[in-house]
Amino acid sequence: MLAACHDCDLLFHLGTVAEGATARCGRCNGVLRRRRRNGIERTLALSLAAAVLFAVANAFPFLSFDMKGQKTETTLLTGVFDLFEQGVPEIAALVLVTAVLAPMLQIALLLYVLLPVHAGRVPWQMARAFRLLRRVQPWSMMEVFLVGILVAVTKLMGMAEVVAGLSLWAFALLIVVLAGAMSSLDPHEVWERLEVPR
Amino acid sequence: MSGAPRTALAAGCWLCHDCALLCRVPATTGHGARCPRCGAALHPRKPRSLERTWALVIAASLCYLPANLLPIMTVTSLGKAQSDTIMSGVTYLLHHGMWPLAAIIFIASVFVPVLKLGILVLLLVSVGRGSRWRPVERTRLYRITEAIGRWSMVDIFVVTILVALVRLGSLATIEAQAGAVFFGAVVVLTMLAAESFDPRLIWDRSEETRR
Repeated sequence: MLAACHDCDLLFHLGTVAEGATARCGRCNGVLRRRRRNGIERTLALSLAAAVLFAVANAFPFLSFDMKGQKTETTLLTGVFDLFEQGVPEIAALVLVTAVLAPMLQIALLLYVLLPVHAGRVPWQMARAFRLLRRVQPWSMMEVFLVGILVAVTKLMGMAEVVAGLSLWAFALLIVVLAGAMSSLDPHEVWERLEVPR
Repeated sequence: MSGAPRTALAAGCWLCHDCALLCRVPATTGHGARCPRCGAALHPRKPRSLERTWALVIAASLCYLPANLLPIMTVTSLGKAQSDTIMSGVTYLLHHGMWPLAAIIFIASVFVPVLKLGILVLLLVSVGRGSRWRPVERTRLYRITEAIGRWSMVDIFVVTILVALVRLGSLATIEAQAGAVFFGAVVVLTMLAAESFDPRLIWDRSEETRR
């Protein structure tokens, strides 16, 4: 099969890449293709787990803050809402997109594409859905958000008591699970499965 | 491999940006060609990559100054208000012995954006001048900018969480300020700039000058 490097456009005759192997460009070291064992099924399983964890992470408060008897609890969405009320809607929108909407869309699109593909069918508007998934991915920043939480908590530690909520654990797990889902996904394999029935 | 390496473009093939299918494009069609597999518009290179990237880099640099000079948040505690810029936040953490945090914030908010803008300008200038200088290393620099950009968001998230947690009426409140808006703009603009740059241009120019 003829293929070209995404980063330097060098032309290759790419043979079959073994499961678990990575083919790299000999000129610029860019990844040509990375295949995982049971890539689609593994991604699907992790995406299902991510959907459950996402629901838990957003339904419960992730931190509570106790200062001289006054207690506040926050979920992801209340933080966004507070920013909006304070007159910085730009930041509120940015946080809403990067910490809530993009991950949600990412998980939804993974399931939308992979469930039918796993069953041997082609989902409606699959090309569009899969393209959107790739566009959304860079804006899904939950792992950065988690570092933000750790920094904020350490800053507040001296002032008051900060307690981690249930959803913080779900959140931490979600990051690992979603990263696993994205790294075991081989886009070429999905496109190739789409190609066959047409 | 013998002679000059052959690129897809030289062989009359364009790589689909979306599904990475290599498509043979007849010389007569050119504009308006679509990928037969996924239907995306085909381009030999990202369209107007240099112009777009320059525009976004300049816009990001303009936002970088107010992002660092204006306060990103104000802490009001028992009637006393104190505003913090990114750097004053870093020095505060240093003075209170939280140097790992100071390092995280400094690297994510000050060092990474400057590094990213620096690398992008280096790539734009070198490609613009048709440089053949170290294409492998320059491609690696490009991959670094793509990978690290998102970490600059840390400070924005810290402000969000502080605002959400510390709202205790007269006792203590924290408000986000204009600096945070500019800083958010820097992060978004540099991410878009990295996305619009086409690393294959680095290799194209080094091929052209070789002939």
